[in-house]
Amino acid sequence: MDMVKIKDLAFEYIRRDEEGNVESINRAIDGVNLDVKKGDFIAVLGANGSGKSTLAKHINAILYPTEGTVWVSGLKTSDEENIWEIRESAGMVFQNPDNQIIATVVEEDVGFGPENLGVPTEEIWQRVEDSLRAVDMLEYRSHSPNKLSGGQKQRIAIAGIMAMKPQCIVLDEPTAMLDPDGRKDVISTVHKLNQQDNITVILITHHMDEVIDADKVFVMEKGQVVMEGTPREIFSKVDELKRYRLDVPQVTELAYELRKKGLDIPEGILSVEELVQALDKIRG
Amino acid sequence: MIFLQIVFDNVSHVYSSGTTFEQHAIRNINLKIEQGEFIGLIGHTGSGKSTLIQHMNGLIKASSGNIYFNGENINDKNFVMRNLRSKVGLVFQYPEHQLFETTVFKDVSFGPKNLGLDKLEVDIRTYEALKMVGIGEDLFDASPFELSGGQKRRVAIAGILAMRPEVLILDEPTAGLDPLGRDEILNQVSKLQKETGVTVVLVTHSMEDVARYVDRILVMNQGRLVIDQETRKVFARYKELEEIHLAAPQVTYIMNALRDKGFSLKTDATTVEEARDEILKCIKRYM
Repeated sequence: MDMVKIKDLAFEYIRRDEEGNVESINRAIDGVNLDVKKGDFIAVLGANGSGKSTLAKHINAILYPTEGTVWVSGLKTSDEENIWEIRESAGMVFQNPDNQIIATVVEEDVGFGPENLGVPTEEIWQRVEDSLRAVDMLEYRSHSPNKLSGGQKQRIAIAGIMAMKPQCIVLDEPTAMLDPDGRKDVISTVHKLNQQDNITVILITHHMDEVIDADKVFVMEKGQVVMEGTPREIFSKVDELKRYRLDVPQVTELAYELRKKGLDIPEGILSVEELVQALDKIRG
Repeated sequence: MIFLQIVFDNVSHVYSSGTTFEQHAIRNINLKIEQGEFIGLIGHTGSGKSTLIQHMNGLIKASSGNIYFNGENINDKNFVMRNLRSKVGLVFQYPEHQLFETTVFKDVSFGPKNLGLDKLEVDIRTYEALKMVGIGEDLFDASPFELSGGQKRRVAIAGILAMRPEVLILDEPTAGLDPLGRDEILNQVSKLQKETGVTVVLVTHSMEDVARYVDRILVMNQGRLVIDQETRKVFARYKELEEIHLAAPQVTYIMNALRDKGFSLKTDATTVEEARDEILKCIKRYM
């Protein structure tokens, strides 16, 4: 069974004036079809305003389709009785770490989710410990969250989701406010959860280098999915990506530029090692 | 003659002085900035970058040491702090959260209006500032809240530019923007810096951005200014940067990996274009 299945999804933000008359309609999602298999690591790219966040909010049942259907673990998000089960199985991490932390002690913050689910106290503490260990933050369990760095706060937010034992985590630009070290820690934490705990990951980002290890990449533009493929397939199309206001990692761009100048370098180079190898071969 | 605009003379700042939470946010900073420079300020979270820039426009007062702006000590009794605030424009992170007016034009004119200028002057400055950041007349009457993320941010920057600052400090101006939006903002700032001679201090986590735009880099670590050098030389010290949780742009690593493989080339390229040209020059010798 698919973790997430999205069929012919459309979503409209409708603005009304004081009398309730429709002032404007913005079709933020316009005919999206998308399947995510259990255990997949999916990345979603797209310009500001392309519909990525709106799409993400459908997976967590924060928004419901105007048209089409979204299933999470086989449950329809538009059926109200499914909401809590869906939110338990698909957790969401947002951009600003400061907006997501509510308690004054790390372990209490992580325990907030399972407590709300009515998990027995004994088990809450076990889950808190396991989740903090999973994000490498166990030693901070009795610290105050506001003394932590942005990257550490995001890992606490991820632990808070993990404590609810989700099958899937949706991360909406989780590294936009972090320094390079914090970014690296968050991304490697997410990869670890994906590999060790088989958590399905849906990562929305503007940082191209965070995408190269994903199983599959979707590119959105004006509410539609316009590209879909492995990172190598996607990053082979440098010109097309730039048309969608996107970019490629520097090494990919350099390889592309050298190729344009006539060097025999394969398309879609993703790492420094690959480029060095390709140039070494040319040198003979 | 070199004109020193901002001088930090042994400046330190201690938060919660005298309590158990006492913390040195910046320590013994010595720094000279000339008019018209384009400077990058980097350092991991908590390294003291924000505290440093808030000293530059007098939002935070130094615990010890002196700060001079255009030759005047800003802690002098006779120094007019109000002037400093309008001459050193500070654009905070996510400045679009501070937009509040009903139209783009009104929002940008808020600053110059507060300077007590007459209406014509306010309008001229507002118009100029919006042009400088590439916001067209068609958007002047739009609500700031209807704009895209990148547009909002440019309007917020225009609000500072309308004060005609001599120094423009930008704290993470591209965070959360898509790659093209990022390039658009930085290209505008770079153009502005060249055309008007405004001094720019760019605070960022993106090494690729500093590599492409700035001439000189300041590196902060644990409240100290640990590196102050021209861009190229700073990235040659990428191993030191890693020790303090920073990194060089990816091209630096590519060039060094090629050198390690036995390619004889210069490793100081900081942009894709420079790296491409250096690699082509080198590889031709083998073909």
